[in-house]
Amino acid sequence: MKKIYKIEVDCANCANKMEEAAKKTAGVKDAVVNFMTLKMNVEFEDGADIDSVMQEVIKNCKIVEDDCEIYL
Amino acid sequence: MTKKQKKVLYRIIITIILMVALAWIPSKGVVRFVLYMVPYFVIGYDILRKAVKGIIKKQVFDENFLMAVATVGAIAIAITTDGDYMEAIAVMLFYQIGELFQSYAVGKSRKNISELMDIRPDYANVEVNGVLEQVDPDEVHVGSFIVIQPGEKIPLDGTIVEGNTTLNTSALTGESVPRDARLGDEVISGCINMTGLIKVKTSKEFGESTVSKILDLVENSSSKKSRSENFISRFAKYYTPAVCYSALALAILPPIVRMLFMGADPEWGVWVYRALAFLVTSCPCALVISIPLSFFAGIGGASREGILVKGSNYLEALSQAKYVVFDKTGTVTQGVFEVTGVYHNQIPQEELLEYAALAESYSTHPISKSLKKAYGKRLDMEKVSDVKEISGNGVTAQVLGKTVAVGNEKLMNALLISFEKTDAVGTIVYVAIDGRFVGSIVISDKVKPTAKEAMEALKRSGMKRLVMLTGDAKSVADSVAMELGIDEVHSELLPADKVTQVERLLEEKNAKEKLIFVGDGVNDAPVLSRADIGIAMGAIGSDAAIEAADIVLMDDNPLKIARAIQISKKCISIVYENIYFAIGVKLLCLLFVAIGIANMWFAIFADVGVMVIAVLNATRTLGIFNRTAKKENAHV
Repeated sequence: MKKIYKIEVDCANCANKMEEAAKKTAGVKDAVVNFMTLKMNVEFEDGADIDSVMQEVIKNCKIVEDDCEIYL
Repeated sequence: MTKKQKKVLYRIIITIILMVALAWIPSKGVVRFVLYMVPYFVIGYDILRKAVKGIIKKQVFDENFLMAVATVGAIAIAITTDGDYMEAIAVMLFYQIGELFQSYAVGKSRKNISELMDIRPDYANVEVNGVLEQVDPDEVHVGSFIVIQPGEKIPLDGTIVEGNTTLNTSALTGESVPRDARLGDEVISGCINMTGLIKVKTSKEFGESTVSKILDLVENSSSKKSRSENFISRFAKYYTPAVCYSALALAILPPIVRMLFMGADPEWGVWVYRALAFLVTSCPCALVISIPLSFFAGIGGASREGILVKGSNYLEALSQAKYVVFDKTGTVTQGVFEVTGVYHNQIPQEELLEYAALAESYSTHPISKSLKKAYGKRLDMEKVSDVKEISGNGVTAQVLGKTVAVGNEKLMNALLISFEKTDAVGTIVYVAIDGRFVGSIVISDKVKPTAKEAMEALKRSGMKRLVMLTGDAKSVADSVAMELGIDEVHSELLPADKVTQVERLLEEKNAKEKLIFVGDGVNDAPVLSRADIGIAMGAIGSDAAIEAADIVLMDDNPLKIARAIQISKKCISIVYENIYFAIGVKLLCLLFVAIGIANMWFAIFADVGVMVIAVLNATRTLGIFNRTAKKENAHV
């Protein structure tokens, strides 16, 4: 299951950090953040509950970069 | 500028004014310290806040931390010596100017790209009870009738039911020559209606229409990152902690060494200062921003020319391509059968074609279609009677009282008609009137007009081998290959054989050389996904091709392959320029700072300067595309 989310972040390195954080979240198989298009592509593990996984992703991203937004 | 950017700009201006004012106000001690802290906090409060937040969340090493430590350290040194506070403020100031420039440049590129891809229609004119109503294209059902006036975008795919016009497809295909569209023709969304009012019956919903699919592909082209991008993010991850520890070592080790082993004055102040300047220099922003920016500009520019690249990794791979494998029909040839020659005709060519077309007039076979097309005039079907189709061989018919036989060798042999054999390549149709051979017509798939030029362009851009794979007969394949200058041909292949051939080539080549497969998307999916880079051409409307390919060419012009390679090379060279330039200059500056020939002013100029140059270099790609785009628009 793959989904694409719009994000808001100010710097390229912060986008890289968000990608790292999203990748490490349980239930996320892979994640790619593109700073230029301000998109986050998330591939979920089979059977993962997307809503709760995304809440975790947001939490983890906020830890590495306070000034970021993911639009669900 | 956005609100955020404007705010930073005001802060920069206020800080500069304050700095100039402070330079004129004489003050000492605590008062001086407090006065100078005003501009420092005006310009740097958000960075300090982020640095503190980072420390609390155990995410220490980032640019904010570097800048905070460097400036706080510089201020601490200034307090102890009642010295120069200006330095710390200037570091923050230039850092902010750099960040502002960067965010402005990024925002500008984003805007440019989205303008280039401005194909999303805003509304559709739907006819309801004879009255036109403007509605959101999303709300139009399949089978609705929509009206498109000259100058408007076609909002949905469909068929023309009223009117004739010319269409500008340049936003989709990069092709600036307008295309004619007549009653009954299919039109695709995203084209601009130029001359006449047309009425269209829609065949797809907006979400399924061409324009949505293209936008989807362009906007989500981010899902795969290139090796260079991954390298940079890995680099940044280790780089920042590495420089922080180096700076710490620079502050502590030399004084200790001086103290213990050389018996000299440790000079703590000097070394701590150098370490702080080292931190300022080290900021990795230049690299981290310029690499994705270059790829973004490359992908955006390519899509403007009708070359849709699904990820920056493919753009990167494309620059290393050395082998190009083509499918024949529909890729290098038009996939449409046409009369390409008339041989041994004993009656005028026109007359021969007329007899053949008339005899075949009741058939729907592709061959009869191409005969009718070659004749070009309206056929009077009443002249034809007594048509007999001899399956697999041809037809016989009474035309104007004469017995006409049109078919292959077998038909002539069966009718015991002696004929002259033709060596021409293609499907050969022999014609006999009243039992006497009158000539032969050759029908073949025509090579695309730009195919030869495309092969030459590919050779010029450094391709080692051009290979053609086809299911077609050997004689046809060989002659096409000869005409175009293709190095290697494999004919009479089944779809599975094509995969085998591509796998063989993949094994033969060096791992660093990439193999491109170009197909028209029909039955090509397995080969497209097997090749290093799969290019589907003329793919408007073909879901399978868009799905399987890594790069999609919107029109079917093979010249675009060479153009795509050219764009990728340009983009990659800019990426490498930036990597070498930024890392090189950074290392050199770090060295200067460490040995003490550069101070903090130099450090911040070096940092911001490298970033500005790298960003400008990255947007250069975009500039080139913008110019070509403008030129094209001027033509239209």
